[in-house]
Amino acid sequence: MAVTTSDLEVVDRIGGAVDAVGAAQRAASLATRSIKREAKVQGLQLAVRCCDLTTLEGSDSPGKIRQLAAKAMRPSPADPAVPHVAALCIYPRWVALASELLRDSGVKVASVAGGFPSGQLPLDLRLREIEGAVADGADEIDIVIGRGAFLAGDDEGLFHEVTASKNAAGPAHLKVILETGELGSFDRVRRAALVAMAAGADTIKTSTGKISPAATLPTALVMAEAIRDFWDQTGRAVGLKVAGGIRSSKDALRYLVIVKETLGDDWLSPDRFRIGASSLLNDLLMQIDKQRTGLYSDPDRYTID
Amino acid sequence: MASSWGYSPAPESTDTVDIRDDYGLFIGGRFVEPSGGEYVKTINPATEEVLAAIPVADDDDVDRAVDAAGAAFKKWARLPGAERAKYIFRIARVIQERSRALAVLETMNGGKPIKESRDLDVPLAAAHFFYHAGWADKLEFAFPGRKAEPLGVAAQIIPWNFPLLMLAWKIAPALATGNTVVLKPAETTPLTALAFAAICQEVGLPPGVVNIITGAGATGAALVRHPDVHKIAFTGSTEVGKDIQRAVAGTSKKVTLELGGKAANIVFEDAPLDQAVEGIVNGIFFNQGHVCCAGSRLLVQESIAERLLDKLKRRLATLKMGDPLDKNTDLGAINSREQLSKIKTLVGVGVDEGAELYQAECDLPDRGFWFPPTIFTGVSQSHRIAREEIFGPVLSVLTFRTVEEAVQKANNTTFGLSAGVWTEKGSRILWMADHLKAGVVWANTFNRFDPASPFGGYKESGYGREGGRHGLEGYVNLT
Repeated sequence: MAVTTSDLEVVDRIGGAVDAVGAAQRAASLATRSIKREAKVQGLQLAVRCCDLTTLEGSDSPGKIRQLAAKAMRPSPADPAVPHVAALCIYPRWVALASELLRDSGVKVASVAGGFPSGQLPLDLRLREIEGAVADGADEIDIVIGRGAFLAGDDEGLFHEVTASKNAAGPAHLKVILETGELGSFDRVRRAALVAMAAGADTIKTSTGKISPAATLPTALVMAEAIRDFWDQTGRAVGLKVAGGIRSSKDALRYLVIVKETLGDDWLSPDRFRIGASSLLNDLLMQIDKQRTGLYSDPDRYTID
Repeated sequence: MASSWGYSPAPESTDTVDIRDDYGLFIGGRFVEPSGGEYVKTINPATEEVLAAIPVADDDDVDRAVDAAGAAFKKWARLPGAERAKYIFRIARVIQERSRALAVLETMNGGKPIKESRDLDVPLAAAHFFYHAGWADKLEFAFPGRKAEPLGVAAQIIPWNFPLLMLAWKIAPALATGNTVVLKPAETTPLTALAFAAICQEVGLPPGVVNIITGAGATGAALVRHPDVHKIAFTGSTEVGKDIQRAVAGTSKKVTLELGGKAANIVFEDAPLDQAVEGIVNGIFFNQGHVCCAGSRLLVQESIAERLLDKLKRRLATLKMGDPLDKNTDLGAINSREQLSKIKTLVGVGVDEGAELYQAECDLPDRGFWFPPTIFTGVSQSHRIAREEIFGPVLSVLTFRTVEEAVQKANNTTFGLSAGVWTEKGSRILWMADHLKAGVVWANTFNRFDPASPFGGYKESGYGREGGRHGLEGYVNLT
């Protein structure tokens, strides 16, 4: 897709401001939705399907990747009804191995790239990293924006780095991490989201998970509202990924509620919504069993990988 | 592939609530039968199911209640403030302890969604008692250099839209300042007031300090006209407010009136639109629009009108209407058949006047009183739906071009209770607040309440303030 800087103009056409108190209030109100019985089972399974099972540690090794790949394909060995997760999210050097392990499983290989997590590498190196990951078989690329340039007011710089990354990613699905915890205001989150979408991001993502605060409900709401406005204005549907600090099923369901009531049921699918997480998955599995049996199982029934 | 994910029913349990078949009048610390032996049924407006038989207080009962309050006054007024505070604190704590049961009862009797009675009505009612308990021994600091003397017997008449909360707004300041009370809840929603009477017994409040008598307009009229009443606090319709005003003319009764409203919610082109949409929804659909300060007139700057309305209509489609006890219900039942027919009449007038009607698609339950969330566009200042209080989930949308026009239109009403301003420009908020003739002006929010913040109106929205230090003034003579 050829993108020109004139596409940046759509950002100003959509524009808009965010009232932080109002956004927090709306998110808190949605968090009181009561998800019970059948709705809970469906929500938990949907959360599993939307999960980007993630390991982004300096200590990641072939063994660790093998274990997580197995978990991604069959999260619950005892219960084949539990679906596989959406993707395995890893560093670029493990992409070749992961794509080998996950071939034909339906689980996508997602690689962070582009100087993750700071985004402070020179652009040409970031682009080479993206190209390398795609060449190794990554289906999806999670890049992080250079917050420095954007915070300094350089929207065009942000636009340019995302378009360049999009070109480098080629056929791979591009997720753009805004690292909202470093942007300082919801107005900036909204603007960064709009610039990233205008520049061709397939999905916008909250956080690297490496800094705090990571994903929050109000941030997800503000990003979902930006996606909705972008959709209205351009007809292009952009996905949302929340990541960082999401450990409980309750939180996962709250994000699903925000997506449902802001973007509608069309976004309730791994094509348009992801949750980046590691320990969340076991809690989802435990809650699914709880819904079925009425009992909480021994935590050792769930694999630690 | 996208899934359709709906919420399963999540009804709040009614096990916490114990509703008796019939109730008595709460006079002198005891529940007594009405002297005329007359009872009326109170129902659940969402199901039309009868909940209980409620006594109707006649003139003799009003006499008895005022006498009981008068007899209790001397001792109560002389009690040190710190001692009065202990009782008020106790009431606040018991309301908190019983919050679940009170919320369920409020929802069953009034039709409002449980999430509102649970998260707003009951916690705020408790907060009002806590707040005023704090004032009871500090009145000399509320009015420095002057002495605050209680008035005597306060006759308090409250509406059906926030039964327990309005009771708290009335009773808490009266008790804190050393007055005694005869309170009459609305005819359709007496149950939480009667539950409150039982709480007064439970905390050992001296008999007669709070009396609660039930009945309809005639009971209220007798109470207002009673010669031994020293203060009248009324929240309700402007029409009844005017009657009260006539009835007290020439007497020394002190009066505060909190009446109707037709608030303008004003959205400027630079406003945070998604939050403004939430504010508009909260402004008019909160409590089915049965809110005197509801933002029933949306004034939107012409340049963004279309965009804002698109967003608003889409938001309407996500509102969940139905069983008020379901924890996910956003819009509950209309409080009574009478109110429903009033709403229908005015909506019919709106259509006849040529305004364009928009209603979200929703299935209305077969039983009970329901009205779908409704928006009128193309409304002019001269339309009745832009001038009269509908008191239902009906929003009238008007447009404006300049700041001056916004203020002019907002103020061009006989009411003046509240207003909302939505803009990112701080200086404009201050300018608007200065020029809007409304008791409360919310900026980038709507329908926010706090016991410390005075509430009340201009013009036909009444006079006097409730809440905050200002609210105490209505219950004292300053010397």
